[in-house]
Amino acid sequence: MATGERTWQRPTIFRTRRVKWAVYAGFLAFFVWSAVGIGFDPRRVLQGIGNTAVLIGDFLPPDATARELNRIIAKMLESVAMAMVATVTGIAVSIPVAFMAAENISPKPLYALNRGFISISRALNAIIVAILAVKAVGFGPLAGIITITFKTVGFFSKLLAEDIEDIDMGAVDAVRATGSSPIQTLLYGVVPQIIPRFAGLSVYRWDINIRTSTVIGIVGAGGIGSVLLTAFNRYDYQYVSAILLSIIVVVLFAEGVSAVVRRRYQ
Amino acid sequence: MLHVTNLQKTYHSGDEALRGVTTSVEGSETVAMIGPSGAGKSTFIRCVNRLTEPSGGEIELDDTELTALGDDDLRAARRDIGMIFQEYNLIERLTVMENVLSGRLGYVSAWQAFRRSFPPADIKRAYEILEQVGLGEMADKRVDELSGGQRQRVGIARAVIQEPKILLVDEPTSSLDPETSNTVMKLLTNIAADRSIPVLINIHEVNLALEYADRIVGVHDGELVFEGTPNDLDEPALDRVYRGTDIPDTTTDGEGSTETDDQEAPLTTTGSTAGGV
Repeated sequence: MATGERTWQRPTIFRTRRVKWAVYAGFLAFFVWSAVGIGFDPRRVLQGIGNTAVLIGDFLPPDATARELNRIIAKMLESVAMAMVATVTGIAVSIPVAFMAAENISPKPLYALNRGFISISRALNAIIVAILAVKAVGFGPLAGIITITFKTVGFFSKLLAEDIEDIDMGAVDAVRATGSSPIQTLLYGVVPQIIPRFAGLSVYRWDINIRTSTVIGIVGAGGIGSVLLTAFNRYDYQYVSAILLSIIVVVLFAEGVSAVVRRRYQ
Repeated sequence: MLHVTNLQKTYHSGDEALRGVTTSVEGSETVAMIGPSGAGKSTFIRCVNRLTEPSGGEIELDDTELTALGDDDLRAARRDIGMIFQEYNLIERLTVMENVLSGRLGYVSAWQAFRRSFPPADIKRAYEILEQVGLGEMADKRVDELSGGQRQRVGIARAVIQEPKILLVDEPTSSLDPETSNTVMKLLTNIAADRSIPVLINIHEVNLALEYADRIVGVHDGELVFEGTPNDLDEPALDRVYRGTDIPDTTTDGEGSTETDDQEAPLTTTGSTAGGV
């Protein structure tokens, strides 16, 4: 160590330098293994680029007959309606789940149960849930509403529970100290502290749900997705691009509304 | 009046915050509880209305034994205990009026609480009390727009509107500057005198305790080590409270602080100031 001049190296967040290089090497090995495993082949990429160019040609310009246009509009409205209903039902279910999943106000067993439910909801992608829902209740928007409601609960109650865990418990203590009941304490001490976040999350989830409602029709759970699937199956690419265009317009509109509302509220 | 007998609190971590404290607050006196940080002052106050559950001992408020009460009775008992906190503990996003009215929650239904529909008599009194604490114009302001001194006055109003039988006050001035501290202490003692209710104040600024209290109790490390009038609080007594040294009452050395353990709390009767956190 004591070899004349003193040197200095920035401390690493890994325990030692050797660990650091081991982690980097492990990461690289994982990447290479993955790429080789799925048969990643640059020649196919090149070939694919060619095909894509042709495909884009087939897509343009977007076109739909009057009948097809009516179908797009009808099914898009179905998507929007599904998203709206499921946002409301999802949030309604989320509120009790969120309170029970907040570590600071919920008993341990209840906390674990609700956190478990949230984890399952978050682990399963909407398409998988939609397939299950279609199996359970048959084709149509009901399956979609179930799917989106289920996904909303996972998202909404997790974030709301985290917000509840961050509240100022001192204020809650003070409300308790006046002799208020547990429900009053919740309504007067906890709720005012989470309302802004609640409103922001609701609008945000609504715009996510609009997006989800446009895709789950592909597996039969109602909405514009089913039209998209038929169009693909018929190789009617101009119709496909008309549908995609309608999805882009609606989703961007919802995102815009959501962004404006959230900015106003915070 | 409040009678506390052999109050004990051991936290889950094994910390013994209170090792059997016996004291009382009578009539309409102002009692200051002094002691270093971590001596158990806050735990004591929080145990009285059971925001923190005591591990042993008895607490009697006007013939009601508090430690054995079930949930409903405890809530009824808490309505008679006004509490004021160090960090004010107001609901930041609500208005001054809503915060004051929260002192009446024990008397209204959950639905009324949700709708903020308090009886007209409560609202009238809330305005009167706000006037009294000098916040008459502030009723509709949101609490997070107020200064520290104003917030603490909202905290006082919230406790007073309960029409409590006693006020428990936990370090009311340690988040305030010296001048505001004095105003708040004056207000507290005046209000208590007006309504002739007793006050128990935790405070670590000894000069404020000497100025405003009728009686002083000193705790050190979870034990009561002093009880007496402000005049009785001499240098050896202060040593017992702040250093835990057991110096006999008849010290001939006068200033007992010539010993060399300066690492301990360097507090004297005159030199105490607003402490940090």
